[in-house]
Amino acid sequence: MTTTADRPATSSPTRVISINDGANIIVSHGDYAVIGTRPVRHDGVDKVTGRAVYGGDTRLNGLLFGKVLRSPHVHARIVSIDTSKARAVPGVHAIVTNADLPTAEDREVNLGEGGGNLKYMSDNVLASDLVLYKGHAIAAVAAINVHVAEAACALIEVEYEVLPAVHEIKAAIAEGAPLVHPSLTTKSLGKDTGVHSNITNHARLQIGDPDAAFARADVIAEGEFTTTMVHQGYIEPTNATAMWYADGKVTIWTSTQGSFAARDSTAQILGLPVSRVKAVPQEIGGGFGGKINVYLEPVAALLSRASGRPVKLIMTRAEVFQATGPAPGSYSKVKFGATKDGRLVAASAEIYMESGAYPGSDTGAAMRCLYSPYKIDDMRVDGYDVLTNRPKTAPYRAPGAPQAAFASEQVIDDLARKLGMDPVEFRLLNAAHEGTRLVNGPLHKKVGGIEVLEQTKAHAHYQSDLGTPSPGTKRGRGVAIGYWFNIGLPSSVAISVNADGSVTLVEGSTDIGGSRASIAMQAAEILGVRAEDVRPSVVDTDSIGYTGVTGGSRTTYATGLAAIEAARHVIAQMTARVAKVWSVSPDEVSHDHGAFRAGTRSMSFKDAAGHLDETGGPITGTASLDPQGHGGAFATVTCDVEIDVETGKTQVLKWTIVQDAGKAIHPSYVEGQFQGASAQGIGWALSEEYFMNSKGEMTNTSLLDYRLPTAFDVPMINTVIVEVPNPGHPFGVRGVGEASIVPPMAAVANAIRDAIGVRMHALPMNPGAILHALGTI
Amino acid sequence: MDDFEYVRPGSVGEAVALLAEKPGRARAMAGGTDLLVQLKVGRRTLDRVVDVKGIAELNEIHVGSDGGITIGAAVPCHRVYDHPAIVAGFPGIVDSASIVGGIAIQGRATLGGNLCNGAPSGDSIPSLAVVGAVAVIAGPSGRREFPVSEFCTGPGQTVLGADELLVAIRLPAPPPRSFGHYLRFIPRNEMDIAVAGAGAWVALDEAGVVTAARVVLASVAPTPIEVPDAATAIIGTRGEATALEAASEAAKAAARPITDMRGTQAQRRHLSGVLTKRALAGAIARARGEHVPGAHEAHRVHASATH
Ligand SMILES: Cc1cc2nc3c(=O)[nH]c(=O)nc-3n(C[C@H](O)[C@H](O)[C@H](O)COP(=O)(O)OP(=O)(O)OC[C@H]3O[C@@H](n4cnc5c(N)ncnc54)[C@H](O)[C@@H]3O)c2cc1C
Repeated sequence: MTTTADRPATSSPTRVISINDGANIIVSHGDYAVIGTRPVRHDGVDKVTGRAVYGGDTRLNGLLFGKVLRSPHVHARIVSIDTSKARAVPGVHAIVTNADLPTAEDREVNLGEGGGNLKYMSDNVLASDLVLYKGHAIAAVAAINVHVAEAACALIEVEYEVLPAVHEIKAAIAEGAPLVHPSLTTKSLGKDTGVHSNITNHARLQIGDPDAAFARADVIAEGEFTTTMVHQGYIEPTNATAMWYADGKVTIWTSTQGSFAARDSTAQILGLPVSRVKAVPQEIGGGFGGKINVYLEPVAALLSRASGRPVKLIMTRAEVFQATGPAPGSYSKVKFGATKDGRLVAASAEIYMESGAYPGSDTGAAMRCLYSPYKIDDMRVDGYDVLTNRPKTAPYRAPGAPQAAFASEQVIDDLARKLGMDPVEFRLLNAAHEGTRLVNGPLHKKVGGIEVLEQTKAHAHYQSDLGTPSPGTKRGRGVAIGYWFNIGLPSSVAISVNADGSVTLVEGSTDIGGSRASIAMQAAEILGVRAEDVRPSVVDTDSIGYTGVTGGSRTTYATGLAAIEAARHVIAQMTARVAKVWSVSPDEVSHDHGAFRAGTRSMSFKDAAGHLDETGGPITGTASLDPQGHGGAFATVTCDVEIDVETGKTQVLKWTIVQDAGKAIHPSYVEGQFQGASAQGIGWALSEEYFMNSKGEMTNTSLLDYRLPTAFDVPMINTVIVEVPNPGHPFGVRGVGEASIVPPMAAVANAIRDAIGVRMHALPMNPGAILHALGTI
Repeated sequence: MDDFEYVRPGSVGEAVALLAEKPGRARAMAGGTDLLVQLKVGRRTLDRVVDVKGIAELNEIHVGSDGGITIGAAVPCHRVYDHPAIVAGFPGIVDSASIVGGIAIQGRATLGGNLCNGAPSGDSIPSLAVVGAVAVIAGPSGRREFPVSEFCTGPGQTVLGADELLVAIRLPAPPPRSFGHYLRFIPRNEMDIAVAGAGAWVALDEAGVVTAARVVLASVAPTPIEVPDAATAIIGTRGEATALEAASEAAKAAARPITDMRGTQAQRRHLSGVLTKRALAGAIARARGEHVPGAHEAHRVHASATH
């Protein structure tokens, strides 16, 4: 059935590293000395011995502790705030409210990556006139300890006028729904419609004429799907410490995905020039997109200004759930049409994504990724951003794409079933490749979708049978593919050479997933030294050039490029010094695998470093760049489930994730990304949700009841690293942090469909939902 | 969290006096895995916490000459499920003790605390109730005994007075060929509060016919509830499918569940039936001498088989 005629030949060199049941099979050669090896991470010892300093560990002389008073209501007008009783509590040093913030303008500000409306950013940090969700910050207290601060918070008197609220997308877009922002009107296809509604924006991407193309389809499949709000689930709670010095300069210590983003947002909200704010990134215990926005930093700064002392704020888990940005819930309708020989000919979709309390959701990215795995000539997707009285949503790994794939990949599965085709074969037959047009206009660059699907098909897991189910259970297998485009953004690196032949590497990228190692390794490869000879440091915003957030799967790619450039800059200078030692022209000296050569002479990097003093002093290589050559990545998940049909409980038995890394710099951390995203995907699929009561209040605000998967809920995750090099990076790096969370929910849904014959239309697919779908309850 | 006084008495008398001094403002603490959490999140405020782990009597497991066992109120779960006599005679209680929280929690949490906390979802209460366990209670005017099956009076409420202390839980000697089994339903495989739970106990005659039975459900009513009709349905049978179905229907009829973040009314009612059937079948199999893995054991086996 499958024809390969219109597919480009599998690109070479493709490297496949497969980890199956613990066995580590490296299929192809290694061309590098450092890249592709697995050295111990530079920050590893500190982390396993508890020495690493995370945000919450920040200690300063005279430190005060803060607590934030939060709205008990989902939607209300603040009539008055009286802090007098709280101020009288012994041990209280300062109390701040929105009145302490500069009046924020209703305008868009650029924050390097995306941007935001300053009034909304400011109001989200401390509410001005309205509280728009339960947990919305209203005031904050700094005191000698957190218990005094908490007691004082309880004495702040706030008078509210409670307003009607909307809790979820369908209610928010219904006729006559209460409005979250009554003054806002819907923008549609770039024009202001003048209509007041909770839909802030409607966008459309279209290629060709899908309506006409559907008429040519022999088989059509469609469906409606919803997903609920979920949290990134990082373990370290959101925190910030700030000191407002007497000279008007502000320093913030925080665990953040982007020290420059934290600095810039804090400065904007406080109405300060960026030069007056310094952000010192602390170690970060997970972020996944949720530690880009600032919540506590400006508040800690205001409390410090008012008290003259440094102030630390740490959220409780309940605050993290209620007052930081979770991933949006979604509602989508998706339709695909194919010819009877299995060619996709038409696609259309509508995606509604919740933005929470303020405008701006992940809809655009969802629209861009939805059809990306496929070659379809006629396709359209409409996207809608919807306001609800819930926390303002924030990015979560491949923001928007997983929700879209949950819908589209189930419809694709249905279409393959209707056609009687193998689901991987069907996807291969229609797979996008270099030159395939994307729904947002451009053509795919070199991508590894076909290679990833071929590895999925050939994998022992896909070739195996399902085995015998335990009594009272049914088994099924599901497959799905996902895409994430990855991003570039600016990065800066400086490398200095030490006399002993080691180098220090200073970078602005905060290290969430092993990036110190993967960036140091790229520098080491160019310099010709060992990974251990590089000493990487993540430094504050006064100590390195501007660097974008650790997000968008960009860091190994973009900061890696900066490290490569900085290393080349070092080598150029070192070459000149070696030429001096040998009294030859620099043109005669070459550098290769750690050795400088001229004719028969050779000198190691280490020996050359020993000559710096006498040849002109220290050497530092630097690079600041804004690369544009990032490459998108595909990932597939194959999973087997077993369902207890009497209780509706799903156990994931087997899981294989195949992803194109472009080039795995440190394969362990690539596998770690695949496995981490898979575990998060299993939770998102089966058990995680913001459970709301009838008043729209989240009730499961602890990790006991917000059900992240436990070790017993996640099987061994087999990983297969496919390497289709990204031409935009000398080693071929693509990002690996996000594509892997796109397919899991759809793969689990497809496996459930295979096991029990019912199509799941909503997340989470928890036991109650399965019993409902089966008609048991 | 507000300030409170922490005291660690060395005797039952001292503990009772410390409680009686501050009626309603002092509470006993065993493992603290419920109490400290409640204090921390502000669900409860106290002036005094009376740590009972320093009282020798409360740390004992005593096996009587008749085979009855007395478990001190401060004995943590891990000592319960590692105790050979309890493992041999009361596997249903082992089922429960080994699923309360994870390993770390089981090092602290006690059956006594589980009972005195009075949560409808307390995993040990059905297992204790079905074997006829008795609470040994000390107060200012001496000691009294009270059946575990009637100990809880509402969510978080028990028959204990503000000045009373649970000293121990007494398990009467089990009749021959009698065993219990406890099963709960949770969406994950660990670290969850029961959506529904069922403890079952049966005694068989030499021919394998059920001569006595008890069924107690968790998480489907304001307190753990006993289902006499389920017992009636299984007594006189050998646990045939029809008898199990009848017991299951009786459990569903008896359940009075609510809908909350952990599960819906319909789901809990349905699960009451499924779990009753499975727990009874397990108890009967154990009474016949077959090995029936506890929930904990079962999922560990399951997890390792799939790795
Ligand atoms: C992470 C986690 C997971 C959990 N998982 C489960 C679970 O799976 N199943 C489950 O049922 N529970 C679970 N719990 C709840 C808790 O662990 C159990 O209820 C445990 O048995 C309580 O025992 P404790 O000794 O810690 O009680 P404590 O917290 O010390 O006390 C609980 C209550 O009993 C009272 N009390 C204790 N001892 C006495 C006494 N001797 N006399 C009078 N009153 C007394 C206390 O005043 C308090 O009100 C979990 C808790 C946590 C934190």
